[in-house]
Amino acid sequence: MFYREAGQFKTTYQADSQILPIRQDRIGIATLLAFAFLVVPLIASPYAFSAILIPFLIFALAALGLNILTGYAGQLSLGTAAFMAVGAFAAYNFILRVPGIPVLVAFILGGLCAAAVGIVFGLPSLRIRGFYLAAATLATQFFVVWCLTKIRWFTNYSSSGVITAQKITIFGYSFDTPASKYLLTLGIVCVMAVLAKNMIRSNVGRSWMAVRDMDVAAEVIGFRPMRTKLLAFAVSSFYCGVAGALYAYAYLGTVEPEAYSLDLSFRILFMIIIGGVGSILGSFLGAAFIVLLPIWLNMFAHALGLPTSVASNLELMVFGALIIFFLIVEPHGLARLWQIAKEKLRLWPFPY
Amino acid sequence: MKLIKSALLGAALLGAVSAASAQEQFVPVLSYRVGPYAAGGSGFFGGAIDYMNLVNASGGINGVKLTWEECETEYNASRGVECYERLKSKNGGASLVEPLATGIAYGILDRVATDKIPMTTLGYGRSDAANGKVFPYVFPLITSYWNQAAAMVKYLGDKSGGMDKLKGKKIVHLYHDSAFGKEPMPVLDAQAAQYGFELIKIPVAHPGNEQQSQWLQIRQAKPDYVILWGWGVMNAVAIKTAQRNGFPREKILGVWWAGSEEDTIPAGDAAKGYTTMTFNTPGNYPVLDEIRKKVYEAGKGNLDDKTRIGSVYHMRGVTAGILWTEAIRKAQEKYGKGKVMTGEQIRWGFENLNVDEARQKALGVLGMFPPVKTSCDDHEGSGAVKVQQWNGTKWVAITPNWVVGDKALTRKLLEESSAKYAAEKNIKPACASGA
Repeated sequence: MFYREAGQFKTTYQADSQILPIRQDRIGIATLLAFAFLVVPLIASPYAFSAILIPFLIFALAALGLNILTGYAGQLSLGTAAFMAVGAFAAYNFILRVPGIPVLVAFILGGLCAAAVGIVFGLPSLRIRGFYLAAATLATQFFVVWCLTKIRWFTNYSSSGVITAQKITIFGYSFDTPASKYLLTLGIVCVMAVLAKNMIRSNVGRSWMAVRDMDVAAEVIGFRPMRTKLLAFAVSSFYCGVAGALYAYAYLGTVEPEAYSLDLSFRILFMIIIGGVGSILGSFLGAAFIVLLPIWLNMFAHALGLPTSVASNLELMVFGALIIFFLIVEPHGLARLWQIAKEKLRLWPFPY
Repeated sequence: MKLIKSALLGAALLGAVSAASAQEQFVPVLSYRVGPYAAGGSGFFGGAIDYMNLVNASGGINGVKLTWEECETEYNASRGVECYERLKSKNGGASLVEPLATGIAYGILDRVATDKIPMTTLGYGRSDAANGKVFPYVFPLITSYWNQAAAMVKYLGDKSGGMDKLKGKKIVHLYHDSAFGKEPMPVLDAQAAQYGFELIKIPVAHPGNEQQSQWLQIRQAKPDYVILWGWGVMNAVAIKTAQRNGFPREKILGVWWAGSEEDTIPAGDAAKGYTTMTFNTPGNYPVLDEIRKKVYEAGKGNLDDKTRIGSVYHMRGVTAGILWTEAIRKAQEKYGKGKVMTGEQIRWGFENLNVDEARQKALGVLGMFPPVKTSCDDHEGSGAVKVQQWNGTKWVAITPNWVVGDKALTRKLLEESSAKYAAEKNIKPACASGA
């Protein structure tokens, strides 16, 4: 009923190939964006901004990066947090060492550094795949964190090896309130999500998916696997790098290399598995699930008056059970659930 | 059944709290009781809560009762920031915050200044935050890592028969490879150059449960002393591996996070004779008896295991509780007795603390921690530590007096480092006005 498309005819190629071909989707997304940009800054509390919305957006961006690599190009990676770390520390050093550099440029340069590191550590993917590649990307994780702790230049010789992110100032406007940081993050995430969506629909995205589905066949029909795989690593690391810079600048403010631990890589991997591998929407849903559910469970347990240690263990149990439940009921993640719901709504109330 | 009971009790408590009058000072407790560092967290925060319960049982601070709410951080920076944001404006606003975790402390370092909530970092965190002109809201009370490192060198010098005897000696710095382990290096490097001892730095990767190669390296180097800058599971492993390699325990000097019962008991006999730094003198104090009587007998004790009362982490938590309440008391002296203080006012209280021996005696804690006297220049207030030794069943202080290292040196490093931070952050160093 809600998704009845009867009467929506496409008469031009442009109309046929737009990002959201169904009018209801367009209205829905426009409303959501208007709500996120215009209404949320007015109604949300500082707590919602700095503890929920900003980390959610940042993790969604990182998950998007990993989804490009793992979901679309089929290259399993455990180095997401390492690429984030490269982005954060590169952005920090650019701002520190290049006087007057605009912050957004530093973020982009940080992303590019992460992309370069991604290409280097993506090289093994030309020979190995699957679990073996995952093990190889694990090396990124350890190498980058080791490098950042070892080489003190990266942290500007601070005695404890912790960087303190500079203030975000763009065109003289200082982003220091939670709401302004949220809007900045939201803006960056929206632009990059649209870019990703378009990339997936273009020739590049098709080559990734071809390589994912069967790389020999992809090579036979004319895609160059080396270029395709490395491009996937580069683009994915770029996204992760920008997410890492935002993590340092818009969220935590001060970071030590250990913040980008293997644990964070795993969390982002869980996000795409639960959200939906190979889906832009899935990255957002997964990030929301992994960021919000523990907080919600914690608050729920607190409202019940349980002691915090019990609450934490309960949280782990419920969380684990829910993950298993989701994976059994819907291995393709939350995005697939949404897709099914959408299909059902098209036929409702008379399914056949 | 117990679960349901506590659930009902909690709901009733929640109702009671919201119905109560406004004469309550709210303290957010960013504790961790699960995860790899649960032993330290439950002891420390248990101690702090026990002391706050004791204050409330004795009528509060000039009639103002303390309230608190816990949020489990699991020692995770991201979770800690979420907890801080969640609790900071509850119940009329947070009075102060103490995360007992380097990562979380760094994560909220800038936020506390914006939110005007003082943060104490008792014996950890940024050593240069002792400069109140650059970090008006951060208080590394009692002593920082740098002063501890200086005190360690002083103690080792005295043990060798004078600072000049350190020349030509070999000292290994075996450290947890993280911000925590690297923090003392500037001081150790400077002292190595000053006194002419050789400093060998050996990192141990987190969490530190495999140290065979490190101790092999130590055995080959034949050092005179090993500084064990470890934490969590790393400590017990270090002590056991040292024994296996035949390295005498008496030559190992641990940092204060390597000096609790939780570190030595798992190491068993291997720990006998092992020495560490501490900022509490082990022993029993009137305040602990009072806690046993007024808090635990009333069923309000926070520790499940009563024998942990007076253990290293518990005592450290009690010390934190004492300094918090003293700061609030001090603030009330200036801004009005019996009133609820704001974060800004308590900040002033922390900056003007004066817990001298007379005050300690009145509180029943004489000698439990060094006298603390703070100022805008010195948010640390003391810098003194003791050395304790594990005799197989308990810790015993082996330096009768408080040990203080080269404070001129740490002051110089502190000025340099905080000036760099101020330049990076565009902070104009100045003492904060009254409130």
